[in-house]
Amino acid sequence: MSDLTKLTIAQARDAMRKGDTSSAEITSACLTAIAGADALGAFVHHTPEIAQAQAAAADTRIKAGDAPDMCGIPLGIKDLFCTKGVPSQAASRILEGFKPEYESTVTTQLFDAGAVMLGKLNMDEFAMGSSNETSVYGNAVNPWRRGNDDTALTPGGSSGGSASAVAADLCLAATGTDTGGSIRQPAAFVGITGMKPTYGRVSRWGIVAFASSLDQAGPMTKDVRDAAIMLKAMAGHDPLDSTSADLPVPDFEAALTGDIRGKAIGIPKEYHMDGMPEEIEQLWADGTAMLKDAGAKIVDITLPHTKYALPAYYVIAPAEASSNLARYDGVRFGHRAKLAQGDGITEMYEKTRAEGFGPEVQRRVMVGTYVLSAGFYDAYYNRARRVRALIKQDFEKVFADGIDAILTPATPSAAFGLGEMTDADPIQMYLNDVFTVTVNLAGLPGIAVPTGQDKQGLPLGLQLIGRPWEEGELLNVAYNLEQSAGFVAKPAKWW
Amino acid sequence: MSIDTETARRVAKLARIKVEDDALPALASEFSAILGFIEQLNEVDVDGVEPMTSVTPQRLKRRADVVTDGDQQEAVLKNAPDAREGFFAVPKVVE
Repeated sequence: MSDLTKLTIAQARDAMRKGDTSSAEITSACLTAIAGADALGAFVHHTPEIAQAQAAAADTRIKAGDAPDMCGIPLGIKDLFCTKGVPSQAASRILEGFKPEYESTVTTQLFDAGAVMLGKLNMDEFAMGSSNETSVYGNAVNPWRRGNDDTALTPGGSSGGSASAVAADLCLAATGTDTGGSIRQPAAFVGITGMKPTYGRVSRWGIVAFASSLDQAGPMTKDVRDAAIMLKAMAGHDPLDSTSADLPVPDFEAALTGDIRGKAIGIPKEYHMDGMPEEIEQLWADGTAMLKDAGAKIVDITLPHTKYALPAYYVIAPAEASSNLARYDGVRFGHRAKLAQGDGITEMYEKTRAEGFGPEVQRRVMVGTYVLSAGFYDAYYNRARRVRALIKQDFEKVFADGIDAILTPATPSAAFGLGEMTDADPIQMYLNDVFTVTVNLAGLPGIAVPTGQDKQGLPLGLQLIGRPWEEGELLNVAYNLEQSAGFVAKPAKWW
Repeated sequence: MSIDTETARRVAKLARIKVEDDALPALASEFSAILGFIEQLNEVDVDGVEPMTSVTPQRLKRRADVVTDGDQQEAVLKNAPDAREGFFAVPKVVE
């Protein structure tokens, strides 16, 4: 078989079971593709020995007829996941040299199912960013370009390496994590599918924490079917994560009938943002028409507190980050600053954290510290948590009124150039998450699906938001949209 | 709300991040911009709304209060920047 790296998970699974190819062959093709793709900056730690050993074991299982869906599938793993004995740095200098003595629950489940790890993927430092430009490893680069213009574009963030690697066919799929849009925005920027499950669907244990009430891991894949397959392998109750839900994990792939007749799809008026590019409005209108043609009922809805989601997020996420990142103190793991004569433990903390954290992480830790400090806790943190409750109520009301899923744009623009936002104030960058962040605040499942291209040929995506724990139904609507949109474009190889 | 240099210094201290004096004014102005953005939240009527603690209403699971793990001193210390004789080593804390 040719082009093994271009296979979807479902195609590879079926081909391996038939004996048309093997995990060893697909894995080897991926390792070759990765070795030739340094210019993308996607893979930051390579694990070919682990990959080959896992592939051999997977081939034995497949031959024995004991092969779960993910068996033998080569994956990239975001650097935020702790992987035993393999550097897991959250793209931060402060975790330089850190090799966990344990394996995250998500990677444990994937490996138990026979999946193969090709290496660790680039990301924004501690998942804080929307362009992968805050990484200690340097930028990940989008495999897409604006026509013949060779300007390097961002693959989005924070799961930028995951997005770049999947879009460039360096791996069959990748893990991502999403705190405010970090799976869905990069997926949209590179023309792949990215899903954030319901909060609590996937264990957070062993994933470096950013904002614990918002963080959720999910699949980044070449299509919706693959998202369904991979999510099933990642999900499930974990006693090691007290917020993980003790609910059975359905067969999400079996939910993909493509039949959405009679489903009520909400179109929220507040997502028509001032100054939104005409192309995004058109993409959204086209997607709405596709769902309508497929027999869904289109309903105009209102989510009145949408405007306050980003400011609430930029209180809650930094507050939780300032608490979570307190553990990086130079004592137990990672970087410790060289101390001067007479420096005590406070100087050790302060110097270590100044050297170890990049500017965006420092900024968010300090904003979080401020909003939690005496005298401001009520005015900022508690107020943001009250607004968060109202944002969640907005969604509860429309779901109670019979809405099955909500359709919105995934991002306010196509991928922008690396460095183009450097001089903008941080808030301009935060606006990238305007359509995605509400979903994290309300704990809902959301999925980005590529449905079109802009004038310059760059991919654009739409987002579908579902009811809590109804990922199967959400994936089915996404599957229908994917079939109607028929997005098949791939970036021309330049790397 | 405008953040002055002294407040920026105090926040950096609370966060245990060393910020040089000459970097404080720029930091203060960034904080001011971000807090200005956050202050939109004051427009929202939140009277009678409880601050959200969990997106999914749930009672945390309980388990028996027994030892389930341990004897992992070597693994625990493995990544320490400075470990001696089975302990984490830090600069002197008590004079």
